[in-house]
Amino acid sequence: MQLIFEKSCEGRSCSMMPSCDVPVCEIPASLKRESAPKLPQMAEVDISRHYTELMKRTHGVNDGFYPLGSCTMKYNPKINDEMANLAGFAGLHPLQPVHTVQGALEALSVLESYLDEITGMDAMTFQPAAGAHGEFTGLLMIKAYHKANGDLKRNKIIVPDTAHGTNPASCTMAGFKVISIPSNEDGCVDLDKLRSVVGEDTAGLMLTNPNTVGIFDKNILEITKIIHEAGGLNYYDGANLNAVMGIVRPGDMGFDVIHLNLHKTFSTPHGGGGPGAGVVGCKNILAPFLPLYHTVKSGEGYEMEAPAQSIGSVRSFYGNYGIAIRALCYVMTLGKEGIPEASSNAVLNANYMRVNLQDEFDIAFNNICMHEFVISLTRTKKDKGVTALDFAKALLDYGVHPPTMYFPLIVDEALMVEPTETESKDTLDEVVRIFKEILKNANENPEALHEAPHTTPVSRLDEVKAAREPVLRYEY
Amino acid sequence: MGSYVPSTKAEREEMLSKVGVADVKGLYAAVPSEMMVDSLDIPAGMSELEVASKVSGMAKKNKLFDAIFRGAGAYNHYIPSIVKQVTSKEEFITTYTPYQAEVSQGVLQNIFEYQTMICELTDMDVSNASVYDGASAAAEAVTMCVERKRSKMIVSGAVNPMYIQTIKTYCEGADREVVIAPVKDGVTDMEALAALIDDATAGVLLQQPNYFGMIEDAAAAGEAAHAKKAKFVMAVDPIAITVLKSPRECGADIVVGEGQSLGIPLSFGGPYLGFMACKKELMRKLPGRIVGQTVDHDGRRAFVLTLQAREQHIRREKATSNICSNEALCAMMAAVYMTAMGTKGITDCANLCYSKAHYAAAQISAIPGYELVNNGEFFNEFVTRVPDADKALAALEEKGILGGYPVDGGILWCVTEMNSKDQIDELVSILKGVN
Repeated sequence: MQLIFEKSCEGRSCSMMPSCDVPVCEIPASLKRESAPKLPQMAEVDISRHYTELMKRTHGVNDGFYPLGSCTMKYNPKINDEMANLAGFAGLHPLQPVHTVQGALEALSVLESYLDEITGMDAMTFQPAAGAHGEFTGLLMIKAYHKANGDLKRNKIIVPDTAHGTNPASCTMAGFKVISIPSNEDGCVDLDKLRSVVGEDTAGLMLTNPNTVGIFDKNILEITKIIHEAGGLNYYDGANLNAVMGIVRPGDMGFDVIHLNLHKTFSTPHGGGGPGAGVVGCKNILAPFLPLYHTVKSGEGYEMEAPAQSIGSVRSFYGNYGIAIRALCYVMTLGKEGIPEASSNAVLNANYMRVNLQDEFDIAFNNICMHEFVISLTRTKKDKGVTALDFAKALLDYGVHPPTMYFPLIVDEALMVEPTETESKDTLDEVVRIFKEILKNANENPEALHEAPHTTPVSRLDEVKAAREPVLRYEY
Repeated sequence: MGSYVPSTKAEREEMLSKVGVADVKGLYAAVPSEMMVDSLDIPAGMSELEVASKVSGMAKKNKLFDAIFRGAGAYNHYIPSIVKQVTSKEEFITTYTPYQAEVSQGVLQNIFEYQTMICELTDMDVSNASVYDGASAAAEAVTMCVERKRSKMIVSGAVNPMYIQTIKTYCEGADREVVIAPVKDGVTDMEALAALIDDATAGVLLQQPNYFGMIEDAAAAGEAAHAKKAKFVMAVDPIAITVLKSPRECGADIVVGEGQSLGIPLSFGGPYLGFMACKKELMRKLPGRIVGQTVDHDGRRAFVLTLQAREQHIRREKATSNICSNEALCAMMAAVYMTAMGTKGITDCANLCYSKAHYAAAQISAIPGYELVNNGEFFNEFVTRVPDADKALAALEEKGILGGYPVDGGILWCVTEMNSKDQIDELVSILKGVN
């Protein structure tokens, strides 16, 4: 399809701005821009149609099954968007006097109390805008904690090799060295290995539990104890919290600081890559280090308080506020029974799919899994030359969004499947049928799979060309 | 309770039996039993109607002002209706980061178009797909400047304090030095700035217009930075730079800014939009997602996430940034905004802001005790003295007006195209009445 710039026509426009009702004041020539930016010139009707055309070339959760492992692509309830868009929230200037935003602060405070309870934490910040941003924030709090204790030699964070790439990258940004430890044969933390790397330089551990192969590490209390005894703190990457909400709490597992992805676990939409929210929760020992500002109850109302030894700010204002409102609606809707119900059904759906696929597919660490499981197509690749990528592309022709590919790194030809709780048994049965049909095709006619997809707006892309000869903007 | 789980009780039983466990507890056998939660101490779930009523109740407790004369990092601009309509499409709202390009061409093409528009606005060569907000964009730009022997960043003291705060926090993480350049008469003291730059300086960061609304001699700062081979970063207002000297004309190597002004609601501080653009030479140091053009196997033009060798999922601890989620939907709002406004609309908007702010400044500063604090050129924000800030702001609030933001030495006023002459005149008459 054409780019919006190719649809632009000299002289077309919309009429958005009024004429000036005060004396016109000219910007001095010496300050003026020499060449105006070239933006599209479009009539409103053509803008509307352009984005409809783009919409038709976009697959959302509303289009179909979206089992993108580790991304928790659950249904995004519409009431949440409607509430966040209320003028009483969306129209608020972030620097309004506190007494004029009491409802906004009440919403934050109530959500904080719910999320504290769900995670077993004592305090929370809504400032981080995404999971990775939350990791960075939490790690800076760990750094500030050790610094405040005069414990300056603690400069290493232990990260298992199953971790998301953001974990080690966040450690580096926060000024820590990363100690990567291999997993044991169950896909869990190797306790002996862990014991051998902790010491006086251990600042902490970053862990996802359940981990990225979908397993709940049954040694979790021992793991967090090893770190605590070495003088470190435990960081919980909440990417996989959807398996255990209301079932078991990170705070009870021995974690001191966590981040939650509201755009995963708490149903807020992902918007094609954001905005998300990477809320960070912590135990009381870390609360003084939270970013600016923390909403607190004060008499009948609410105030914003600067934590005593705050790490500062990781962005402006109070975070992606509109995302917090969506998450608040979600938790209020589900409540004390609905929260664990969501998690247990996420786990049930994953296990139901796993069990239905296990006879034909190789499942990595095939046991009761949590909210996701990992298929390995190594055998299919070896026997038939059909890779995880081929399989994923074949799924597109069935209107199914592929699982996460080639992650975690410790499983070859990995497809990481996370169905979430918001899919019905009917959907899962149909997808199981499709998975099996594709595998059958892979065995009978492997060549055809290399060509997939066939029904999408474009076929497979030349990604090498994109990287080697970067064209990153339209030239005109 | 409310629920979004579609499976019926009977279906769940059937599924449990297929899995081979008696009940859901059987799914959690690996969880040590002493850790299991009995019951969460949060309220019972609610119907949609109840949630809507409770949350709307909270929204109603907030005060919505009829007129806003406050900016300081968040700006009240007109949002064309089509921006809200178009970006409310479920496909755009619910889709993930476009990893599967074949079914994500809509999102990818939109980002490519957004990148092009940001390049046009900033007069730079390359833009990324967005970062969290203006302050974090500024902090990420610092990392782009850093080289092996250059890790010190010089930031003008006239930059928005939230940006400075964020830059300091990021630099604390990476153990980098941040030096704040002094301010004189509301603008960066260029002589003092030049004296601070040395061979260990990675870059110089200036805001245009600056926090106090003043128009900086950005070109001078750029020259000073380049004289010592340091990078020059400009944090800009995306509306103002459509009429003020472009960042390229001022010698910028990297341009960042808060994109909230481009069709994104105030929303109590977020979600907003951090934009980042740079010259071609720095392309591979630009953090975040970047969309590139390529072809599909049938030779058709298509778009894909590219230059991923920079990113955390490939480089892990060697990556210079950890960013993955960005503000894609906000970037789409900005793209639709820039399209609906067009060059004429957006420059008209900039000129309206300028004229109205200058009208307001003349009227306000004519009131005794409200003199302009700084001499020199400003765009649409300015600082005046104020005899009693609390009294003045309270009087305005009573009439439904959000007055300027209290800063050291006075009040920082902001005037946009949203402020009619009548509103400005009313503001002035209320202020007169306070004295």
